[in-house]
Amino acid sequence: MSATMQPVRRGRLAQIADWADERLGYSRFIKAHATEYYAPKNFNFWYYFGSLALLVLVIQIVTGIFLTMNYKPSAEDAFASVEYIMRDVEWGWLIRYMHSTGASAFFVVVYLHMFRGLMYGSYKNPRELVWIFGMLIYLCLMAEAFFGYLLPWGNMSYWGAQVIVSLFGAIPGIGESLVEWIRGDYYISDITLNRFFALHVIALPLALVFLVIAHILALHEVGSNNPDGVEIKKVKGPDGHPVDGIPFHPYYTVKDLVGAIVFLALFASVIFFAPEMGGYFLEHANFQPANPLQTPENIAPVWYFTPYYAILRAVPNKLLGVVLMGLAVISFVFLPWLDKSKVKSIRYRGWIFKTFLFAFALSFIALGYLGLQHVTPAYTWAARFFTVVYFAFFLLMPWYTRIDPTKPVPDRVTYGSSAH
Amino acid sequence: MSEKSEQIDGGRRHFLLVATTVTGLAGVGATAVPFIASWKPSARAQALGAPVEQDISKLEPGAVLKVNWRGQAIYIVRRSPEMLASLSTPEVVGRLRDPNSEESEQPEYTKNETRSLKPEYLVLVGVCTHLGCAPIERFQPQDAELGADWPGGFYCPCHGSRFDMAGRVFKDVPAPTNLRVPPYRFINESVVQIGVDAEVA
Repeated sequence: MSATMQPVRRGRLAQIADWADERLGYSRFIKAHATEYYAPKNFNFWYYFGSLALLVLVIQIVTGIFLTMNYKPSAEDAFASVEYIMRDVEWGWLIRYMHSTGASAFFVVVYLHMFRGLMYGSYKNPRELVWIFGMLIYLCLMAEAFFGYLLPWGNMSYWGAQVIVSLFGAIPGIGESLVEWIRGDYYISDITLNRFFALHVIALPLALVFLVIAHILALHEVGSNNPDGVEIKKVKGPDGHPVDGIPFHPYYTVKDLVGAIVFLALFASVIFFAPEMGGYFLEHANFQPANPLQTPENIAPVWYFTPYYAILRAVPNKLLGVVLMGLAVISFVFLPWLDKSKVKSIRYRGWIFKTFLFAFALSFIALGYLGLQHVTPAYTWAARFFTVVYFAFFLLMPWYTRIDPTKPVPDRVTYGSSAH
Repeated sequence: MSEKSEQIDGGRRHFLLVATTVTGLAGVGATAVPFIASWKPSARAQALGAPVEQDISKLEPGAVLKVNWRGQAIYIVRRSPEMLASLSTPEVVGRLRDPNSEESEQPEYTKNETRSLKPEYLVLVGVCTHLGCAPIERFQPQDAELGADWPGGFYCPCHGSRFDMAGRVFKDVPAPTNLRVPPYRFINESVVQIGVDAEVA
């Protein structure tokens, strides 16, 4: 429906659309970001998770808005209002389970999305900013999940917040007053709950949305990476478009739609059949109201934080533990400069990188498991071992990516099967 | 631009730009103060943090009483002679990280071996100095879970920190310092007030 169809009489709706376009210029935007945004034609399974993360963000925002209509952010009413949503509000249980499952689903797709970036070197030049915006989104998401977890005012909510907020107390000098400032009280109280609610429903979602926009704009400026790590802009056809590129719309919108349907089927299965996921998505201790005088048997964060929690517990020094935990999260930001390899994709990297990446992924999962368990000396030593492996991936990267025997990278993209 | 007949005074522009920016930033900074300060404990929160009193005349030796002060559990323990004796045994003291409470937080008048005003009564903030969990009392020596050399004390179930009968932290546990001692005083023989410092002689 472009300007070439001028002689044909335009319908009423099309005329309204033209009128708006002359005043807004949205068709230029749609072209730049969809119908004439050329994405590599060799995207594989791993490329679903970006659009899925966007889908989950929309689910969280919509269900979140409806939850705020019945939720009361006060220590007195919060726990009861969540029960009210679950029992008395029409379909309230569904909306809440969508939101609580959505939180875990968000981290599932984001972790897979990040791992895709690690495998195919999507953080490397020229996509450093895409990666940094992505990391900021990840940080925002962690804060969002943490603030949201206090809101049901269950006992695990309460003690989880207590543990995480007191992490700031480890900062020398200002620590204690900083903790008091964050809580707004001498303990986690109604005041803390109220401000976490404000941050959870407006401050962080706004920041998230802006960061997602920045992430996508930066991506569309430099163009998408692909499983071969080949820059498709290097080989252009007579029409000026990359030979190995296809318009994002309709090709990838249709592909992503398939991914979305499969994802939603899995998502619905969890909501309907295992919304608590055996205590991993909604922890059992959280079905009791917050009790400031009694700690739950085993304080464990929700599964998506446990790798970092295991690192924190593995260190016998409080300040050092907090610092290492922070570094474990922040380290990703430096990847574009730590990776000295000339090759982006794992397809053309050597065995050394592959080994380190595998060891890293394994240590992340192992730490995640250990973070859920009770502390025993054996588990503590295991957590220390995997913490070393985790950091070795980053710290040794400048060295092993230099000596890694890489394979020659083709000029054009391939399809997975023919690559080797 | 500089080729135009109208001369542009670059120095003046630069000065105005810097002056406007600095003034603007100062304004933004000043405006941020009320917003940041609004996060501090409010007048009501401060009022609710007032001192609490507790009658301890009915507390048995070896028993613990928990009082809520500022949302934290305050443990009041009446120590038996055996418990007090365990505080100075070399086997215990040698395993402590900070036996003389040099690194720990307590009012000056409780910076002594028993960490108390009166040796018999121990008053502690029941919040683990590691990450704020509530340590539980395991006063019985040679506890099955805590080992044959356990002298009796407090154990944090969250991350396994251990403290002796004066709230002093053991070595090789995550908690960095001894359990805190709140400000307190005895109003008379049987009433303790938490939140107010004792008159130090």
